Amino acid sequence: MRSKLAILVVAVLAVAVLIGFYIGFLTGGPTPYRPVPASSGRSVDLTLQTVAAVGSKLSPNEDWVSYLVREQGVWRRSTVWTLPANTLVHVTVYNFDGKSGLRNPFLAQARGVVGGTFAIDGKSTSAIDPDDASHTFAIPSMGVIVPIEGVADDAPQQCDDAPCPMATAHETITFTFRTGKKGHYRWQCFVPCAAGFVYGFGGPMQTVGYMDGYVNVV
Amino acid sequence: MWSSRSHGQRIAALTVIGTAIVLPLVVFVLGPNMPPGKGTPVASSQVTDNTVLLVVMTPFTVFILAYLAYALVVFRAPKGEGLVDGAPVRGHFKAQVAWLATTTAAVLFLAIFGTTELLADNGAGGGGGPNPVAKPSGAVFPVQVIAQQWEFTYRYPTYGGVETATLVLPAGREIAFHVTSLDAIHSFWAYQLGVKADANPGVDNVAYVRTKSPSTFQIRCAELCGLWHGYMSDTGRVVSSSDFATWIAARRRQFAPVMNYLPKYAPSYAPDPTFRAG
Repeated sequence: MRSKLAILVVAVLAVAVLIGFYIGFLTGGPTPYRPVPASSGRSVDLTLQTVAAVGSKLSPNEDWVSYLVREQGVWRRSTVWTLPANTLVHVTVYNFDGKSGLRNPFLAQARGVVGGTFAIDGKSTSAIDPDDASHTFAIPSMGVIVPIEGVADDAPQQCDDAPCPMATAHETITFTFRTGKKGHYRWQCFVPCAAGFVYGFGGPMQTVGYMDGYVNVV
Repeated sequence: MWSSRSHGQRIAALTVIGTAIVLPLVVFVLGPNMPPGKGTPVASSQVTDNTVLLVVMTPFTVFILAYLAYALVVFRAPKGEGLVDGAPVRGHFKAQVAWLATTTAAVLFLAIFGTTELLADNGAGGGGGPNPVAKPSGAVFPVQVIAQQWEFTYRYPTYGGVETATLVLPAGREIAFHVTSLDAIHSFWAYQLGVKADANPGVDNVAYVRTKSPSTFQIRCAELCGLWHGYMSDTGRVVSSSDFATWIAARRRQFAPVMNYLPKYAPSYAPDPTFRAG
């Protein structure tokens, strides 16, 4: 009787441990990236890269489209970022991906950014042709959205292995937004850019770590 | 006197007494606080509907609980008594007739009441499809609700088809929401307004509501639609006519750069899925 009871207790504990590992696996995310504040302490820089295929060095899903973040000079695949509250965030996005097009053209105009404008290769604008959009940088509950213009199909030296070197064809998008109060915000891409998935919105568009993530404002 | 009654009579007496106690609480305490509040006539009507449903179900619930409590107390086997089979179950004509009559009456009443309520409020806040059976008689203020993964945007066809990321409505107007989707199935749920209408791609689902005084209301997607469904929410506002005029003029100026790219206003849209869609 006692031996049966002991076996039962051990079995229950083993199942509990397995469930714990399973939940930990499901809820565990990438280590958040925390930009280093500028010397003034009033702004931070966030440098990102968008690639058509993330490659085998950074993901088991090597064909998936993805955002990358630059941390201490190294490109990482992390879409969870920790930012200080009520602070200006200077964002630079190097986009190496082609044009996919927005399903809703309204999202081709920037909102929630300082001055209402952003820059493409240094040229200031407030909107782009929706068909030229490659991705968006959007934090909807902060009211922030910026369309990311895609690389022309016939551009020379297209990147084929992420992280993409700067020598390959890309567009540079820069803008600034201000974080508000502390909170846990989601961000996403609105362009249906997931090649090979139904309506372009599966796979990397529905998986944190690629075209979606969180902004932890602390 | 109690001991001379049959089990059925005792349970019936408990049901009547319990209902007499609970019913006033349901009508006067719980009822006025039922969701979704009284933000619009449709919402107020839904509060009434929920209260009526509670009133109808109260005697049945009390009966079931009374029966359960009675059985636990009276039919409990004495300690030490062996497990024996119960008495055979036989039909009881009066009980069967009473149960059938009361439940039939309740169901028929709810069917008639529900149908009447659906028509009385021009669709009761739910979408009536592109050609609703019940429509308001006067002028309506159209607002298009466009759902997409994962945000609602709004178009105002009487203001040049300007599209906005926030929903603002003028007070004291009959609003016609034209709800549609650009991708998956969503549901536009404006909680305090009492509006919940499905957003289907290629479909113009029309829902009517009359706004009252300035207020705020919560907007949520009520149809599981993917990764960020839980974040697909916003806060809408009902404002005075003058404030609305100021707001919409500002939005027309703000979104002028993108207006040329918007498709002509239509009941629904069929965007090119994408260059990459599988």
